[in-house]
Amino acid sequence: MAGQDALFEYLLRLGDNALILGHRLSEWCGHSPALEEDLALSNVALDLIGQTQLWLNLAGEVEGKGRNADKLAYLRDARDFRNVLLVEQPNGDFAVTMARQFYFDAWHYLLLRELTGSTDSRIAEIAAKALKEVTYHLERSQEWVLRLGDGTEESHRRMQEAIDDLWVYTGELFDADAVDAAIIRDGLGPDPASLRDLWLGLVRATAEEATLSLPQPGWAQKGGKQGLHSEHLGYILADLQFLQRAYPNATW
Amino acid sequence: MTDSLTRPNLDQIRTWLDDVPDPEVPVVSVTDLGIVRDVRWDDDELVVAITPTYSGCPATSVIALDIEMALRAKGLNNLRIERRLSPPWTTDWITQEGRQRLQAYGIAPPAEEKADKPSPFDRFLRKPLTIACPRCGSENTARISEFGSTPCKAQYQCRACLEPFDYFKCI
Repeated sequence: MAGQDALFEYLLRLGDNALILGHRLSEWCGHSPALEEDLALSNVALDLIGQTQLWLNLAGEVEGKGRNADKLAYLRDARDFRNVLLVEQPNGDFAVTMARQFYFDAWHYLLLRELTGSTDSRIAEIAAKALKEVTYHLERSQEWVLRLGDGTEESHRRMQEAIDDLWVYTGELFDADAVDAAIIRDGLGPDPASLRDLWLGLVRATAEEATLSLPQPGWAQKGGKQGLHSEHLGYILADLQFLQRAYPNATW
Repeated sequence: MTDSLTRPNLDQIRTWLDDVPDPEVPVVSVTDLGIVRDVRWDDDELVVAITPTYSGCPATSVIALDIEMALRAKGLNNLRIERRLSPPWTTDWITQEGRQRLQAYGIAPPAEEKADKPSPFDRFLRKPLTIACPRCGSENTARISEFGSTPCKAQYQCRACLEPFDYFKCI
């Protein structure tokens, strides 16, 4: 795959992961189990939306067709989104939201840490900025997995279910395709497979301390990176894009 | 048009920026927070480089506007605000005066001098931070949420005087 095409695709993946997870988290606003968590979930969402703007604006610049972050976020259909399936999964209960966050944060942290050494300084700069925020996200989601896993009988049961149910979406995080191959070749980013052992090590150690058992690595649900999504993404976009679809080019 | 003989020098401009308050924590200025990274002349155009605290911080665009309005009020009309991402902002850039003003305002300033911390992969190396209550000074405080009213803060409560307070997170 040609360098520029792969780079555009890769930046969409980075931006769409942050956008869709940020949107999911924002759905908690006003519904969280406690006021403090309402603030925290909204703030993590805000960090992710900020990162979305940086990645998608760069994607638009690389594409060179006059699209910016807003146009890419609001005017693409589900088939053109490149986020992994994990981030579009429904919020479920608080345990599901925090398990999803922990799986994602641990991977996001490792990925960004590698991207700070990208041969493209624009990517390295955004990664360095985002890494600081994501480090904090990871500390927080890890704490919640520990607290709920090693908590009451009820919280343990719910966290164990969440860890089990979301597991099938984690394999995609480490799966490489032609886009990744071009990115690795050009020194722009890491081989996704190279992040797996560290990720698994952290997730395993955390699960153990939280008295949770981790499923065995096995068959993985994938396709999001290539635009093949679960039914959930369409509903997310219906909400996220409503205003620009109903009132094209509206500004305020 | 500002010619090089009559235009104000950069030190003068920096002191004007010292008076531009942060929109969300107005007790400190944009220079106290270390948001202003550079002030320079590009021919006749004044360029002010600013950096966001957090990438999604909604105050960043307000800060750019506030700086522009403050400088226009001083007669500087040919100016440009430049957004700079690298190096990423750190709380190490908050000035001593800024830290004192935060404290007096009731916000505990960032605890560590250096933002370098063990990675989340070294969880057991991380030590819980000791945050002193900005009201009574007691170190018997507890974190009640990792986030506060803005992304840059966390919520704490003092167990001695019971006052809830914001802590300006160290990044």
